[in-house]
Amino acid sequence: MPSEVSIEFKPETMSKVTEIIARYPDGFQKSALLPVLHLAQKEFGGYLSTEVMDYVAKILNIQPIEVYEVATFYTMFRLKPTGKYVLEICQTGPCCLMGAEAMMSYLEEKLGIKLGETTPDGMFTLLGVECLASCGTAPMMQVGETYCENLSLERLDEIIRRLKKAS
Amino acid sequence: MRLQFYVLSDYNPKLIMTTHILLKDIENDIFSFQEYQLRGGYASVEKALRGMSPDDVIEEVKKSGLRGRGGASFPTGMKWSFLDRKSGKPRYLVCNADESEPGTFKDRYLMEMIPHRLIEGMIVSSYALGSHKSYIYIRGELMWIAKKLEAAIQEAYQHGYLGENILGSGFSMDLYVHLGAGAYICGEETALLESLEGKRGNPRLKPPFSATVGLYGCPTVVNNVESLASVPWIVNNGGEAYSKIGIGRSTGTKLISACGHINNPGVYEIEMGLPVEEFLYSSDYCGGIKDGKALKAVIPGGSSVPILPKELILRTAAGAPRLMSYESLMEGGFETGSMLGSGGFIVMDESTCIVRNTWNFSRFYHHESCGQCSPCREGTGWLEKVLHRLLHGQGKQKDIDLLVDITKKMEGKTICSFGDAAGWPIASAVRHFRREFEAFLTK
Repeated sequence: MPSEVSIEFKPETMSKVTEIIARYPDGFQKSALLPVLHLAQKEFGGYLSTEVMDYVAKILNIQPIEVYEVATFYTMFRLKPTGKYVLEICQTGPCCLMGAEAMMSYLEEKLGIKLGETTPDGMFTLLGVECLASCGTAPMMQVGETYCENLSLERLDEIIRRLKKAS
Repeated sequence: MRLQFYVLSDYNPKLIMTTHILLKDIENDIFSFQEYQLRGGYASVEKALRGMSPDDVIEEVKKSGLRGRGGASFPTGMKWSFLDRKSGKPRYLVCNADESEPGTFKDRYLMEMIPHRLIEGMIVSSYALGSHKSYIYIRGELMWIAKKLEAAIQEAYQHGYLGENILGSGFSMDLYVHLGAGAYICGEETALLESLEGKRGNPRLKPPFSATVGLYGCPTVVNNVESLASVPWIVNNGGEAYSKIGIGRSTGTKLISACGHINNPGVYEIEMGLPVEEFLYSSDYCGGIKDGKALKAVIPGGSSVPILPKELILRTAAGAPRLMSYESLMEGGFETGSMLGSGGFIVMDESTCIVRNTWNFSRFYHHESCGQCSPCREGTGWLEKVLHRLLHGQGKQKDIDLLVDITKKMEGKTICSFGDAAGWPIASAVRHFRREFEAFLTK
């Protein structure tokens, strides 16, 4: 019970959830699942715990399993805590033609972690992701909602410096 | 055609665009409703809702010869005419903005820089199809574009182009943006609908087709962003005028997103029929190969279409100049041709390792397979593994034929076309660059 009580959307998020559910016809509130999971992930620490997924199931009046199977299917939903900043480098063909692999090894070396890992201070998680529709500005990575494009080693240095400064 | 240069923001590149139908006015960064309307925006809504019947609109789109711009190139007007209007159920229009095909980044810029073009297209198309609730399904990573679209949709509501009784016509509709969450397969029409219903993106078995059983079991049309954004011009100028642009059955203009080893990566709106050689080497477009290197190969329509070596991308096997059109790029079939696909034009110079590049794409398809059908789920995994061991000097003599064999066992044996699309790039790479694969065996 205590875990259920502690997980609750802020009132302004809840009204957003209500607004999203109203976009779909009556009886099809499950359609709101992906958008609501995005909100939940943002509000509850950057990942979806079982408790959070159960809470979303309750809001949408669907079975918890319906949330789990969706949360595990889509790559943007995370099931474990991540670092404060998640650096998602595109590792698909067009970016690799333009040097994405060198960017990845540089970041691995600079942060002292491998792809898929988080720095010990909990600041950065480094991930390789698939095509982000930014092939004309390759190599690139996504940090939160921001696309960092036309990457170079200097630009990576600058981005890391800025993120460290911002926190 | 003119060239336009843009600097989008700190982390964005110099974007080069030619102006024509879709990207008209884009040089002025038109985001606001007022500016868009001043330049004739929303005229097609006025024209259609005040003076045309839904059938009239469908007729113009049919006449235009417009073909689906997402990659499948199915005639849009014909797709619309398949929509079941007699079921008595609600009908839906859904815009596929899940642009995820490697090498493709055109819809993204169209939505980001001129969101009202898509919204206008969706209103007119919804009117034609009788959709009162329409959705734009956009890939989740493009969150900031979703926000721009939502802001633009609010502007359209405020000016009476969305909502109840639009322009006093009696036609009412709502338009919503729906965020995906990172799954290439959701670009497949029925997977997209499953995802929109809040489920895993598993493609549906067809028939029934979406035109009869689509979203919520109701008749549905799913169209690509670029297709829908072309509709306002067609309604304003007539389908016949549109059909006169382009070449043969490849009518109109096409957005090409060019990337890889070229001097001017970017999004170009070209008239169909432009010679590939001109597109590749003219300073108006790609501007030639980077660093003065020689061309090796091109994947002309997104990573799922066959790769072509230099000789076959510039000229067909019969020696005719290859053109940027559906027909010309397909000439020669899978032996010596490819496809225009989504318009994702990936250029590789002489230094590119085809085996490494092919392995990279095989990893992509393995990762993105939804896992529903065994031939695709297992086959994509095998392809990746075999290519990986080849690349690392552990390949066996028969591995090269094994690759082709696996692609044949996937092709046509799965619920959706992902199984075909995952195999074609590999089969074509082996076909045209077999010696490169063999070179890895002797290492």
